Amino acid sequence: MKRTLFRNQLLPWLLLAPQLLITAVFFLWPAGQAVWSSFLRQDAFGFTTTFVGWANYTALWADPLYLASFRVTLVFSVAVTVLAMGTALILAVAVDRLIRAGSTYTTLIVWPYAVAPAVAGILWWFMFNPTIGILAYVMKTLGYDWNHRLNAGDAMTLVVIAAAWKQVSYNFLFFVAGLQSIPASLREAAAIDGAGPVKRFFTITPPLLAPTTFFLLVVNIVYAMFDTFPVIDATTSGGPAQATNILVYKVYKDGFIGLNLGSSAAQSVVLMAIVIALTIVQFRYVERRVNY
Amino acid sequence: MAGISIDRVSKVYAGGVSAVREVSVDIPDGAFAVLVGPSGCGKSTLLRMIAGLEAITSGDVTIGARRVNDLDPADRDIAMVFQNYALYPHMSVRENLSYGLRNRKTPKDEIARRVQAAADILQIGPFLDRKPRALSGGQRQRVAMGRAIVREPAAFLFDEPLSNLDAKLRVQMRAEIKQLQRRLGTTSIYVTHDQQEAMTMADKLIVLNGGVIEQEGEALDIYRRPATTFVAAFIGSPPMNLIDARVAGGRLLVGSAVVADGVGMADGAVTLGIRPEDLEPGGGGLDLTVDFVEEMGAERLVHGLHEGQKVIVTLPPDYPLGERLRVTAPGDRLHLFDPATGRRLDA
Repeated sequence: MKRTLFRNQLLPWLLLAPQLLITAVFFLWPAGQAVWSSFLRQDAFGFTTTFVGWANYTALWADPLYLASFRVTLVFSVAVTVLAMGTALILAVAVDRLIRAGSTYTTLIVWPYAVAPAVAGILWWFMFNPTIGILAYVMKTLGYDWNHRLNAGDAMTLVVIAAAWKQVSYNFLFFVAGLQSIPASLREAAAIDGAGPVKRFFTITPPLLAPTTFFLLVVNIVYAMFDTFPVIDATTSGGPAQATNILVYKVYKDGFIGLNLGSSAAQSVVLMAIVIALTIVQFRYVERRVNY
Repeated sequence: MAGISIDRVSKVYAGGVSAVREVSVDIPDGAFAVLVGPSGCGKSTLLRMIAGLEAITSGDVTIGARRVNDLDPADRDIAMVFQNYALYPHMSVRENLSYGLRNRKTPKDEIARRVQAAADILQIGPFLDRKPRALSGGQRQRVAMGRAIVREPAAFLFDEPLSNLDAKLRVQMRAEIKQLQRRLGTTSIYVTHDQQEAMTMADKLIVLNGGVIEQEGEALDIYRRPATTFVAAFIGSPPMNLIDARVAGGRLLVGSAVVADGVGMADGAVTLGIRPEDLEPGGGGLDLTVDFVEEMGAERLVHGLHEGQKVIVTLPPDYPLGERLRVTAPGDRLHLFDPATGRRLDA
């Protein structure tokens, strides 16, 4: 690391000030507020606020709805991550084999990323709409009665597809870059070394793609857990019967719809801890463990 | 062990670019053949067609007695050393060496024996459990060689394997590769753009230019009797002087100077080739204005001008120099080429 020595004691602080200010105003302050609120209980009309210590947290662990939301989030995140990364990897491998038309195809595949999450949610909601949706219609003709308003499994499938669809573009770009950074001579050497196409792919590509994969894994988990609020809000609103009520959506529902600010704040502090943990994992291990 | 025969092999790329044109060459069993030429001459393409990494547009490649055109690289019984070594970065040196054997279901004790033997030959034993990134360039190069020799293939193919090494290591490694090849007696084809590497390593030197063979043969024969002006200028450092000259009445003239007498050739323009080291001071020949001097230590290279034409002369390091220098060359060291086709006239 290169160090610059400033003669003036004030200058470095001035240079840092804009960023520190933004971090303080938009992160430290609200985060601090959340932490503080998580120790408080407010009455339903907002007239009185009492300090209740850890009560909001202990109440969470005793709340079956909250624990159910944890499970829902787990299923949702794993499903979105696997679907988004798997699809992206298959598409990226296909493009990597292509030499011409590759750039056109890449451009087209990146478009969904430019679609706002809420719009993406609406798009899929329309397609799967039990009354007017084309996909719901197709499934009905195939004998499956799709209804994500009533069926928890259908609802989960819908939000997973809508959330994963948007993330495929992003994963795809990284996978393509990762694949293209594997020198062709490695695959050629493996071909000469007697590895068939399938063995060549599985012994050479995944290990060399591991750093990219690990990075995307963390990014996708973070995306699925925290950035999918608009998708949920636009499609199922957490329903039916809390079946798609992921943690982030529950924070919003309990806080802004249910007006249980203390519990909502405690939930967001838990989420914050999860994000921090994931970030630490990413920074600590992405460079060391997975790199070959 | 097997000879390699290439019969009228061509490569035309999809865009219609023809990289190799009707190349035929025979490489005897156990020989060290070097394909040399400037970049874009088709030497790597030819090697990759032999390896099976590039489809052959037309012609036949035979390794041993088998026509291999339609065989996969794995089935051609060859091993290749790549310019960037192409070591598998996620495998240890030992795994790198054994990968090809494991793919071929070689018994475990046989793999261990061969890996150990290769490690002993190449002195990479201490690194067997390291990953390639923990090795220096020279060590990686050895591992790449090791991966080729554990396979005990019919032929080694080298694609500019030394060009990523520094100059000193390159000289050392080229001697090692050559010794190793002698010891194993495996037919080898070596691609390089470095004429010095080519000269020093080749049993059989093949000079390629523009997708065709300019000349093939023993390195010294090519050096002594280049078939074309291209070969004359490409093989040898400093390159052969190529001077516009003419024959008039049996005399060879460069400008107004008479270089040789009694040339049995019809009158007309010729290209005269003289190696810098064949020019000796004194006598009548070329009258040079000394332009500048490169001190090489063991010798000095004098760049001079004879009536506007550039001439390089190699002189002993202590040779006293004035502003002018008269040089001449023995008659049997003069090479005459057709200025239109570039072909040797007394071939």
